[in-house]
Amino acid sequence: MRDVAVVSYTSSNVARDAMHNETEMIVPVLHEAIAQSGIAHDDIGFVCSGSLDYLQGGPFAFVAGLDAVGAWPPVRESHVEMDAAWALYEAWIAIQTGEVDSALIYGFGKSSPGDLHEIMSLQLDPYYLLPLWPSMVDVGALQASAYLDASDRTDRDLAEVAARSQRNAQQNPNALRKGNVTADDLLKQPVTHHPLRDSDIFPITDGSAAIVLAAGDLARKVSKRPAWIRRIEHRIEAHSLGVRDLTQSESTRAAGVAAGVANAKFDVAELHAQFSHEELILAEALGLDPAQTDINPSGGALAANPVMSAGLARIGEVARRISNGAADRGVAHASSGPALQQNMVVVLEGE
Amino acid sequence: MTDVFTAHHVIEYPGGYTRSVGPVIGRFLTGLRDAKLLAVKLADGRVLVPPTEYDPTTSAEVAAEGDHWIEVGPRGTVQAFTWVAEPRKGKHGLDKPFAFALIRPDGADTALLHAVDCGSADAIQIGSRVAPRWRAERTGSITDIEAFVPLGDGEEPAPAPLHVPADDEQPVTGINVLIKLEYELTAGVATTRYLQGLGEGKIIGGRAPSSDEVYAASRGTDPKSGEPTSIEVEVRDTGVITTFCVVNVPGLSELAPEIPYVSAQILLDGANNTFFGLIRGCAVEDVHMGQRVKAHWADELLPDHTSIQWFEPTGGEDAPYEFYKDYL
Repeated sequence: MRDVAVVSYTSSNVARDAMHNETEMIVPVLHEAIAQSGIAHDDIGFVCSGSLDYLQGGPFAFVAGLDAVGAWPPVRESHVEMDAAWALYEAWIAIQTGEVDSALIYGFGKSSPGDLHEIMSLQLDPYYLLPLWPSMVDVGALQASAYLDASDRTDRDLAEVAARSQRNAQQNPNALRKGNVTADDLLKQPVTHHPLRDSDIFPITDGSAAIVLAAGDLARKVSKRPAWIRRIEHRIEAHSLGVRDLTQSESTRAAGVAAGVANAKFDVAELHAQFSHEELILAEALGLDPAQTDINPSGGALAANPVMSAGLARIGEVARRISNGAADRGVAHASSGPALQQNMVVVLEGE
Repeated sequence: MTDVFTAHHVIEYPGGYTRSVGPVIGRFLTGLRDAKLLAVKLADGRVLVPPTEYDPTTSAEVAAEGDHWIEVGPRGTVQAFTWVAEPRKGKHGLDKPFAFALIRPDGADTALLHAVDCGSADAIQIGSRVAPRWRAERTGSITDIEAFVPLGDGEEPAPAPLHVPADDEQPVTGINVLIKLEYELTAGVATTRYLQGLGEGKIIGGRAPSSDEVYAASRGTDPKSGEPTSIEVEVRDTGVITTFCVVNVPGLSELAPEIPYVSAQILLDGANNTFFGLIRGCAVEDVHMGQRVKAHWADELLPDHTSIQWFEPTGGEDAPYEFYKDYL
């Protein structure tokens, strides 16, 4: 295995970007990530992106993203119709092949132009589920309902997660939902999607994130403290909600075991939880102890959820804390599919 | 900079999106048409509903025929639920607030997702007993169950309205789902300026500070370098045909009501990218690469693509191949 590290990370989120098209939106983020990496634009070996055409409502909408990269002379490039965390996985594989030593990964999406909750119904089984149009929030709420029933957790536990997210987000300039709130404050708000309150549900976000990866000596040359990817694993489970145990995340647990997370100590964890209960399920699946590990210090996806880059941003947020010396070891998680169907676990470490 | 343009955009499949369902899902849907909940017994004895073509744990094939097919329900138990306070028009089957629930039919080991019409959020809980309310007109779709409804202690599920099969009725092989998504798209700064220019009879492009190359109708960047085209540059409405195609398919363009017609890529004077346009004003067989053309503007200029109706030959001297070879 080649040593591969995150050497730069940038992101930008707003509730609604009514000024820019997607290409214009991602230009500053990409260019800043490249500039911070210390690697010349032309020297980056591979480009990989993650986005969702349905957010724009156009086929192959992701191709316009390349106008922000600059693709002449032609570049090695790929794209995943998933969160860009999976684009990072592909880039990591590309570096492992030895063909390239660096990669630019970016994810982008505007959730505000359409009805995101409804658009996400299209990722459901087209025979048994889509004709009923359960929304993304309905599916999340069903998992919350099953989880609260099976565990000793209550909506106060959900509110504690949501309140901590908002408090942590006060330090994050890219967070949208932030404030010095307590669980008691949030519990006064009405339940909108039983058993969830609006504060338990991610905010609609337009945004993007970018990461530059570099291998071995190149990473050491361009970064004072590279955030090394020690392990990266992802697992998926059955699609049908009714055959899965929604009260836990078996695929997260399996990916965590493969990544060596069990019984390990982490200074920081960034979990791609779009709903409060997801953070609890994920922390349990990874065996994280909130007393030992700072969970979602950025505020996580409850503070800003740029669809298709929110998972990549979790890797970036952990890497940033390692590179700036705030943490030595961290775990990042990204998710895809309804009700945490597919999960990635990344262990990052400083030297 | 005036306000950035937005556009209402709809994705819709006229008449619905048709899917083949295959023999396993087809058998379940045929069962729904007959007001029956069919399930399959898997190799490990678990009863799976709704059935899939594969065992969700082992991926072993689930056959479409055999005595592993059994009937479950119609009574079921709520395993999880949420409340939908605002039904989505044209999507949800109920036009009043309802619950979505995971429901495990009696005799099954898995749950299916469906609506529960129970009046209020207080009228459902985990463990609630429910049964299907069948539609009278059933086509072989998951929506043949309009919703599940609460079932009191000892209460019998309401019988399904009788489905009278047509003489030639066959097992269900497909479904049709209406899909409609609506958007308010933002054109962005560069595209808005380009469209505004069209409304003023101008073709507005831009270039990046680090380059002399001008891109008309760009998304806001130099596509070679990815740098923003922050310097606005007007290009001419004359240019050279780089390549073209003779269209023999009717009905593609309102601006070209008769076939055959020509659509072309045009290297506008002052631009470093090609521009799409229709060619009129000469016989189709006389259109050629290198031909010089000029935009024909609409009488009424609007900030959209209708302002340039087509391009027509100027009669000027053809450009040599060397002039446009890098733009093919």
